[in-house]
Amino acid sequence: MFRTAKAAALAFGVSVMAMGSARAVEIEYWQYVFDSRVKAMDQLIAKFEAANPGITVKHTTFPYADYQTRVVAAKAAGQGPDVVQLFYGWLDNFVTGELIQPLDPAVFPHAEIEGEFFPIVEAMKRGEDYYGLPTAVRSLALFYNNDLLEKAGVEPPANLEEFLKVAEATTQRDGSGNILSAGVTLDMAGQDHHWWREVLIRQNGGEPYDAEGNVAYDSEAGAAALKFYTDLQTEQKVGLLGFMDEGQAAFRAGLAAMTIDGTFRLGAFAANPFAWGVVELPADAEGARSNYSSYFANAIGATARGEELEAAQKFLAYIASPEAMGIWLETVGELPARRAVALTEENLNDPIRAPFLKGLEYAHTTRFYDEAAQRQTAIDMVNRVLLQNQPVAEAVAEAARAEQAIIDAARK
Amino acid sequence: MTPERAAEGLVPEAKSLRLWDRLGIKTKQAVWAWIFLALPIAFYVGIRFYPTAQAFWLSLTDWNLLRPPNFVGLRNYAKMFADPVFWKVFQNTFLYLILGTPISLVLAFFIAWNLDRVRFMHGFIRALYFLPFLTTAAAMGWVWRWFYQPLPIGAINGFLSWLGLAQQPFLRSTTQALPAVLVPAIWAGLGFQVIIFLAGLRAIPQTYFEAARIDGLGEWAILRKITLPLLKPTTVFLVVFSSIGFLRIFDQVYNMTTNDPGGPLNATKPLVLMIYQTAFSSYQMGYAAAQTVVLFTILLIVSLIQLYVMREKT
Repeated sequence: MFRTAKAAALAFGVSVMAMGSARAVEIEYWQYVFDSRVKAMDQLIAKFEAANPGITVKHTTFPYADYQTRVVAAKAAGQGPDVVQLFYGWLDNFVTGELIQPLDPAVFPHAEIEGEFFPIVEAMKRGEDYYGLPTAVRSLALFYNNDLLEKAGVEPPANLEEFLKVAEATTQRDGSGNILSAGVTLDMAGQDHHWWREVLIRQNGGEPYDAEGNVAYDSEAGAAALKFYTDLQTEQKVGLLGFMDEGQAAFRAGLAAMTIDGTFRLGAFAANPFAWGVVELPADAEGARSNYSSYFANAIGATARGEELEAAQKFLAYIASPEAMGIWLETVGELPARRAVALTEENLNDPIRAPFLKGLEYAHTTRFYDEAAQRQTAIDMVNRVLLQNQPVAEAVAEAARAEQAIIDAARK
Repeated sequence: MTPERAAEGLVPEAKSLRLWDRLGIKTKQAVWAWIFLALPIAFYVGIRFYPTAQAFWLSLTDWNLLRPPNFVGLRNYAKMFADPVFWKVFQNTFLYLILGTPISLVLAFFIAWNLDRVRFMHGFIRALYFLPFLTTAAAMGWVWRWFYQPLPIGAINGFLSWLGLAQQPFLRSTTQALPAVLVPAIWAGLGFQVIIFLAGLRAIPQTYFEAARIDGLGEWAILRKITLPLLKPTTVFLVVFSSIGFLRIFDQVYNMTTNDPGGPLNATKPLVLMIYQTAFSSYQMGYAAAQTVVLFTILLIVSLIQLYVMREKT
């Protein structure tokens, strides 16, 4: 009896000591609420915790609209997250606000980052330091409704000329010329402003920004690109801005034959009640293509120190690992940020993933200072042409001035 | 016990008692009133007045949430007054006010005045008018947003094209968008105004009307000479209440134009939405505070005018 009690006490003591030695470190991970991203991250955390006993990860999410404010407010209160997700376009704000710390090159060697990730990871670099690593990257492609294309007897377009033909063939109008089913969606508040900025301007022989990052699209190329876009509504009449409220809504409702959207839309389109497919964004007459890619990266919070920092580094390394990228691809549908994980035989033969992956090879990543405000300048530019009949060249010039003012203000 | 000893023992207490006793009943009541009022006052100072003062201070800084605020004097105000968007927004805000308040009040009075005479299903009809007031502005905004859509899904445009008329852009127009946003806003507030008007109408003694009718006054004269003047306190209350409501309009605009908030081309943007975007999209807290000070000033002026009008009445 006595001996049993003694043994029990001993066992208790040993287990207490064991717990003491692997003292639990808790780190906090923050991201915004998006159902599939939260599910994927919960899976990653479970796997990470199983592999690293003694580290627990607390997963905190906020609505997207509040997200940046919460991060900033938490920093002001001195209790920020240890690992935090951020859009690449927010990096300058996060760095100057001292919300995140540079990655230790001893743990995350630059040669490895540059060798294994897609080149757009460069957007996470300021000076000599990398500030974060993405799990997944996004690019754009042209989604098409195969049922509508077949009915019109056309094939998915490979270039802009075919694109216009397919749009015309698939547009349905009533007796008064009102569009009942659009050939292509026009949605500047969606992804179209990226298409204009990084793709159409380049295909017209221009550049959206110069080497210093100043606006460079106040040119013939910029105007030609805008004219191509607004002509879709005013000349070709194959689309209508605001048709079905949003481009993606029109496409999902089966009332638009084509829409330009990103990888992140794959999940939402999966349940479409019609056959659909994806092709690369149309090339120009010379076959030149471009694309816009972007990503959310994960970074280490400025307040992480000591063993929390160590745990945060381990966690960041795990969520940027090939295994994590595979899980993310399956759950969220976003493309892996490492070449080797993304460009597999299987992915390149996948009819849905392949066009996005090819797009990544020639994609550009816009350096945004205030993403919402810069997008607004493009939205307003198109509205001035379509609603107020402003000449295209003037609209581009006015947009360029407005956007340059935002860039100047942010650099001050 | 000798009187002296008793007095000795009681000295400190007696003194304080005497201090409290010396106060008149009025003063005592005032002290108690202040004690009870202290809690709400402390609450208001902490929750209302302090942040208000803080906003005034912030409007003189360049705070962007990330870096500590620097004093920049009146630069935010200079920037604001030089910004054409601000003036456009300022104009929109007053358009919401000068269109919204009279239209909604005339409508509400007309409905209440007629409803007051209806006996058949009075309660049910009144409830129907009140129903929109109970609905979430966000849900309402989205439903109306779909009403205004172009063909083939927009209900209103569907009706227009059925009549053989051209479809209208509504929310996709720089001229039609503001009235299009205003309609649901008026409709949503109507129920409340109708109820208040009904209560006001019921509060007018029937004897006035009977006397007027015996004297042979027509319905129009009764309305002008008796109903409207006696309804003045109700009307003033509703004017102020709905003015402040329209000056602070946000939900309807934001929910009906989320893809391009306040658009197209700022055609529907009210001051509150501009403040929201400056603060929580661009993180220019100082600049947003300056805009808030302007809104505060406008609301203050409207409230002062209300006080003035009310005093004239009594």
